[in-house]
Amino acid sequence: MEERYKKVAYYPGCALEGSGHAYNRSTKAVGEKLGLDLVEVKNWNCCGAMEVKNIDPKLQTYLSSRVMSIAAKEMGFDTVMAPCNGCYHNLKKAEYDLANDPDSVEVVDRLSKKAGHETYEAGEIETIHALDWIKQAIGEDGIRARLENSLKNLKVANYYGCMYTRPRHIFPEKDQGPDSESTTQPHFMDDLLAAAGAEIVDFPLKTSCCGGAHTLSDSDTSTKLVLNLLRAAEASGADVIATECPTCHSGLEMHQVRAEKRFGVKTSVKILYFTQLLGLALGLKPKKVGVHENISDSMAFVKEKGLA
Amino acid sequence: MPIHEKSLIRPENLLTHENLEIEGVDVSGHWSTFIESRVVTDYNEALEDEIAALPGGENIHRCWQCGSCTNACTVNALNPDFNPRFWIYLVRTGMEQELLRDKDIIWQCVSCHKCTYVCPRDVVPEGVMKATAHWLELKGHRPKSPSMLFDEVFSEQVFATGKIEEGRTLRGFFKRTGQPLTQDWLVEMIKRLLRHLPVKLMITLGLANVIQPRTRGWAGARAAIEEYVEEQEARQRQALGLDRPPATGAERPLAEAAE
Ligand code: SF4
Ligand code: SF4
Ligand code: SF4
Ligand code: SF4
Repeated sequence: MEERYKKVAYYPGCALEGSGHAYNRSTKAVGEKLGLDLVEVKNWNCCGAMEVKNIDPKLQTYLSSRVMSIAAKEMGFDTVMAPCNGCYHNLKKAEYDLANDPDSVEVVDRLSKKAGHETYEAGEIETIHALDWIKQAIGEDGIRARLENSLKNLKVANYYGCMYTRPRHIFPEKDQGPDSESTTQPHFMDDLLAAAGAEIVDFPLKTSCCGGAHTLSDSDTSTKLVLNLLRAAEASGADVIATECPTCHSGLEMHQVRAEKRFGVKTSVKILYFTQLLGLALGLKPKKVGVHENISDSMAFVKEKGLA
Repeated sequence: MPIHEKSLIRPENLLTHENLEIEGVDVSGHWSTFIESRVVTDYNEALEDEIAALPGGENIHRCWQCGSCTNACTVNALNPDFNPRFWIYLVRTGMEQELLRDKDIIWQCVSCHKCTYVCPRDVVPEGVMKATAHWLELKGHRPKSPSMLFDEVFSEQVFATGKIEEGRTLRGFFKRTGQPLTQDWLVEMIKRLLRHLPVKLMITLGLANVIQPRTRGWAGARAAIEEYVEEQEARQRQALGLDRPPATGAERPLAEAAE
């Protein structure tokens, strides 16, 4: 168990203050229930999501570095937890570039000085995902010990998306043996939800792309990619897809509706954040973990499964 | 499994005789299919350097054409014409005209990083796709793609305030691309979202629309970013020769033409 993960700096990111509201709510509620301490990064900025890098990758690095600089230098933390795959990926990418690319270091230093804050230096912060956080600070045994409402009636397909595992070089801690996360077959979400009693189905598309980067600018492509995922999940026997990223989550929800409206293909698999499922298993009420804030209507579903 | 690369032979380069007999053997129809030989003379020798000068394109010279990127590509699975390996080949050999045939799909890369994950040569094909898409627009070969417009709307907001408010980004994007906000699926989605949403949250989300979220003390960062963006734009234009007067034919500046 990682003791130091019990109190971490929390970087919610923009999406969690908007469409990913339910993820923010459930992450905080689960943290509180588990006795984990989240201290929000002061006066944070957007990490640039999947967009700013297309204007200039080094600006994206700067944006992430500012967040890490505040966490390290102003707040004295050595760990930042980001539940959004995009934020998590960008902070990791910035860490990699600042450790390996002198040009990035130069640009970040120049911009930080002009912006009037201390320059972040590689090695000061370890960025972790919400999955690492719960898996390492509490673990499967910890979840089992606190289980109030087993997810035993649920068949879950775990969806990790792109940014949590690719490209491998920015995640040096992954693929380091059985206890570490795998970049080809990630399993941290499987482990946690299985510990919470759920039946994990064999879902072949756990790291496939939902087309999130083009969700609005090339919607047909996104709808096709999402439809693939939804159908594969249904074919695997899942009644719910568990997500761990606000962009993936809202992409699946949006394009589930769009597939129905534009392509006439209806799918009924439910989409819930893994933190919502864990929260229910730990005995939190559906509203406490924001089930009512999802687009895919799961209130009746969680009641029917005996989780409310 | 179709042989993907067969699609690289353009239909107009395929020659098939309806009736053909060679030395007494009937080879009519597809038995007589040949690929027409052709001579390429219009190389753009600067092409690889130009792509390499744009962000993401830096490592293109490392490619050894193994094809792993195309094999892993998300968009290639939907459209076999979307072929990163092939485009990298065209750029490296300077076959600009051939590349331009695909100018309207290169921007469709969804940045899934599958190519970068599998590439044995650290080319970062995802970055090369972005650089190539960018190059097409900077050179005026096509208008800005919806993806580029979205990136711009998004980034402008981040640069200006430090944060994103999604509703504003969405409206800004639809406005810039001239699309109505009343798309059937968006309306349906919002209806479903509002079904259970508590009034308090609706007010919060509504307020975020009016009171734009911002990062405090962002002015310094904003100025630094804007200065950097300008500097990079100038550098890229120079690398692509966009600030030099055009050097050929009718477009030659008058003074030069008068010599
Ligand atoms: S990817 Fe997530 S939502 Fe995002 S801060 Fe980082 S962006 Fe803004
Ligand atoms: S799965 Fe979709 S939203 Fe998630 S990281 Fe990939 S493209 Fe982005
Ligand atoms: S995977 Fe890398 S080396 Fe192989 S063709 Fe693609 S870019 Fe070139
Ligand atoms: S990042 Fe782009 S080019 Fe690479 S595999 Fe994904 S869609 Fe294809």
